[in-house]
Formats: sequence, structure tokens, C-alpha cells
Amino acid sequence: MRLNTLKRHMRESVKSLGRNGWMTFASISAVTVTLLLVGVFLVVMFNMNHFAKKIENDVEIRVHIDVTANEQDKQALRAQIEAIPEVKEIRYSSKEQELKNLIKSFGEEGSSFRLFEQDNPLSDVYVVKTEKPTDTIKVAKQIEKFQFVHKVNYGQGQVEKLFSTLKVARNIGIVLIIGLLFTAMFLISNTIKITIFARRREIEIMRLVGATNGFIRWPFFLEGLWLGVIGAIFPIVSILVVYYNIYKFLEPKITVPFIELLPFNPFMWQISLILLLFGACIGVWGSMMSVRRFLKV
Amino acid sequence: MIEMQDVYKTYPNGVVALNGVNVRIKQGEFVYVVGPSGAGKSTLVKMIYREEKPTSGTIMINGVNLAKLRDSKVPLLRRHIGVVFQDFKLLPKLTVYENVAFALEVIEESPKVIRNKVMEVLELVGLKHKVRSYPDELSGGEQQRVSIARSIVNSPKIVIADEPTGNLDPETSWGIMELFEKINNRGTTIVMATHNREIVNTIRRRVIAMENGKIVRDEAKGEYGYEA
Ligand SMILES: Nc1ncnc2c1ncn2[C@@H]1O[C@H](COP(=O)(O)OP(=O)(O)OP(=O)(O)O)[C@@H](O)[C@H]1O
Ligand SMILES: [Mg+2]
Repeated sequence: MRLNTLKRHMRESVKSLGRNGWMTFASISAVTVTLLLVGVFLVVMFNMNHFAKKIENDVEIRVHIDVTANEQDKQALRAQIEAIPEVKEIRYSSKEQELKNLIKSFGEEGSSFRLFEQDNPLSDVYVVKTEKPTDTIKVAKQIEKFQFVHKVNYGQGQVEKLFSTLKVARNIGIVLIIGLLFTAMFLISNTIKITIFARRREIEIMRLVGATNGFIRWPFFLEGLWLGVIGAIFPIVSILVVYYNIYKFLEPKITVPFIELLPFNPFMWQISLILLLFGACIGVWGSMMSVRRFLKV
Repeated sequence: MIEMQDVYKTYPNGVVALNGVNVRIKQGEFVYVVGPSGAGKSTLVKMIYREEKPTSGTIMINGVNLAKLRDSKVPLLRRHIGVVFQDFKLLPKLTVYENVAFALEVIEESPKVIRNKVMEVLELVGLKHKVRSYPDELSGGEQQRVSIARSIVNSPKIVIADEPTGNLDPETSWGIMELFEKINNRGTTIVMATHNREIVNTIRRRVIAMENGKIVRDEAKGEYGYEA
């Protein structure tokens, strides 16, 4: 393609934005609203995913070792646990250590547990983590059957519930985002269809005087691209600003363990890029869908 | 040279618009196509610039069979054929100059060539002083001149005109016809579908008369031959 042609396509596509003022405004608004919704949704989803990961990673299996086990038995048990392919790490914690942790976790009142220091009722523990958090239950059930295992603890019931809740939330999110994107594409392709319809005489003349289909398509391709990209600006900027402020305001106040927001950098740049790409794709796709039927000979 | 052999055209709705047309038009001829409404005049001229494809038969233009021409080659064909319509088909938001230049820009002609050619044809049609006007600032006759300028700006060998004077008053029509004669005198073939009896009977040229999709009469220096 000649440089002049490219310049012409650029100029035509930009001019057409101005010429079809109201349609341009409508298209950009459609992209803006959609991307704003998608953007907010993505931010929430990514953060939820982040919490979920944190919580999941905190899930561990506590294997209480039978009091009758001697050093050798403990080593054998450790070897058995380590042999399970899903196991990532295993840490030993003696009953003295366990008691100390217990006392510490109760703070002031914990001192009353000191009584047990002479006759510790707790057992030695192996703390096991799995490669994938979702394997926890399976691995715990397996360990339960080993010899010298007194009891296995992984927050039975609660863990299962947490995992299934997260899974449902994630799936609902994905379905909603896909639905939203399709709605936007439909809206935009219709809007651009009207833009192109307003220019059908131009296309008719182009075809009459011998312009190729490729040539005719270019300005519409670019116009769609601009619509998508311009439509992405407001959502990106507003999400950046709002997230920055929420992050600054909320981050110091969150004291609940594992719950933390994704840091502004690089998360916000990723979101911006995603929104920009979505905008561009939606715009181009919409205009290409619409121009197709005008180019049938 | 335009040559049609046993051309039939049935539209998708079942209407038979051309029912076995045989015709041969030499380079540089001036041909009127006349006949009652619905006779198939527009369909016939649409065959020449491949707006419609024949259902059967061959249409040869300078050695190329349009019946077999691939869709992707149609733009190249159209660059050698100018087309003029009753309704001018100008772009209202472009000036006279831009409307004519449009035809060259969209086939990627260089800006220098565009400028020269556009000014040359605008001079030929007598609108050099109106280059900056918009179509709605022009009379019907002037608008048709712009559309004629656009059709010939790429120096086509053939100009197709479908009722070019259909929207114009008699006075203005004569001026437009003079312009077509001028273009024809430069060696360009002209094929004009028309209902204008007075023009056909005054500016005597070859007349092809159609009825029900068939050519019923084909005379050099013929007459209109129907009641108006
Ligand atoms: N695109 C189309 N689809 C279906 N039928 C068509 C189409 N174009 C024309 N026809 C039919 O084909 C026949 C010939 O039409 P055409 O336009 O060639 O006539 P015409 O001689 O140009 O008439 P007029 O003098 O009124 O312009 C008519 O019966 C018309 O209804
Ligand atoms: Mg007609």
C-alpha cells in the first residue's frame, strides 16, 4: 500500500468520526459503558482470585503423630508422606513447639496453658502442604491410613466449602464477563452498521469507479479501531484513579490475615492493557462484521 | 468493442429481464437504448459494467468475457468504464473538485496526476469556476456535469449512461447531450438508455429498441419510434 493511501485511510477514518458525530458518540459510549463494566468486574475478579489463592495457600494438613511412635517410626512416616507425589513440603513440629504456638496465639490468657508444660497433652505434628491446594483433601485422606498417624487435621468441612464457593464464584464471574463482551460486540456492530449505512452511497460510488474491496474496507477497519480505542480511554483512566485511591485508603486499614488488595503496579497496567485490547478488538470486529454485507458484488 | 451473444438474464424473483440478446457495439460508437418501461434497458447496460451477471450467454468487452470474470477482477474492469445515472450519485459533503477527485483517489492515483486530470475534465464540462461548490449549491444540470466529469476522469474507453437526462428539463438536457457528443468525439464509446424521444430524433445516432427483454430494432441513425 502506498504511503499516500495509508494517509488517506487515516484521514478518512478520522474525518468520518467527526462527520457521523452522533453515531460516533453512540459507539464510543457503548464501548465506554461496556469496558467500564468489564473493567470493574475484572478488578474485582482478579482481587477475589488473589484472596482465594492466599487462602488456598494457607490450607495445610496437620498430621498428629501417635504417641507410641519412636524416632524410627517418625522417620518412616515422613518418608511415606514425602513419597506422595502431590506433597510439596513437610515440616516437623514437636509437641513442645506446638504448645508454645498455642500459648502465643492466645496472648495474655495463653499463660494459663503453662500448666501443661510439665505434662504436655499435645502430640508431635507433621505440617504438610500440597503442590495444588485443591489436592489437600485427597492427600489428607491418604495420610490418614498410614501407621502411627493419630489424627489428621485440615479444617475438615470448612476447606471443602471454601473451595467449592470459590469455584462457583469464579465460574459465575467468567460467564458474566463473556456475556457482557458479547452484548458489547452486538451493540457496537449494530452501531457501526448504522454508521456504514449512512455511508452506503460512498461505498456504492467507490465500487462503481473500481476501488478494490480491500481499499473500501480499510477506513472502516480504522474507524472501528479508533472507536474501540477512544472508548477504552475513559474506563481505563477512571479505573486507574479509583483503584489508586481505594488502594491508598483501604490498604492500611485491612488487618484481616490473607486479605490484601493487588498492588497498583503492575496490576493496573495489566488491566489497562486488557481493556485497551478489548476495546480495539470489539471495535474492529464490529466494523468488519458490518462492512461485509456491503461488499457483496 | 462490446459483444453480447445469446444473453439471458433471469432475476432471482423469476423475472426474465433479458431474453436472448445479441448485439455488437464497436469502439467509438454512440448508441441509444430505447423501449418501454420494464423492457430491460437498465438490465442491458448493467451487464456492461458487471453490476449484474448474465444467467447465460457471453459478454465480451475488449476480449474479456464478463460472464466468467471473477468478482475480484471487477474493480479493474470498472476502471475502464464510466457510468452516469439519472440521480447523479454525488457525495453531498464533498465539493465539486472532491467529488471528481474521489474516483481517482480510491483507485490510488498519485496526487499530482489527480490534480491535473480533475482540472482538465472540470474544464471540459465547463465547471472550472465551481470547483469549491457543494452539490446542493448547483443546478441539476450542473450536478449532472459533475457526475459526467467523474465518469470520464480516468479516461475510460466506454461511458454508460442510464437516463442521464431523466431528471432534467429539456433546455438543460440539450447541454448535457452536447457534452456526451463532445466525449464521443474524443473516441469514447457511449451507450445511453433513454426515454427522451426528442433528443433521439434530433441527435441521430444508432438506436437499439428493446421490448420484453429482446432487441426488436437496431438501426444506424434511427428514430425513437414510440409514442412518448
Ligand atoms: N434487481 C432486480 N430484481 C428483480 N427484478 C428486477 C430487478 N431489476 C429489474 N427487474 C425487473 O426486470 C425487468 C426489466 O427491468 P429494467 O430495469 O431493465 O427495465 P428498464 O427498461 O430499465 O425500465 P425503465 O425504463 O422503467 O427504467 C422489469 O420487469 C423489472 O421489474
Ligand atoms: Mg431503467
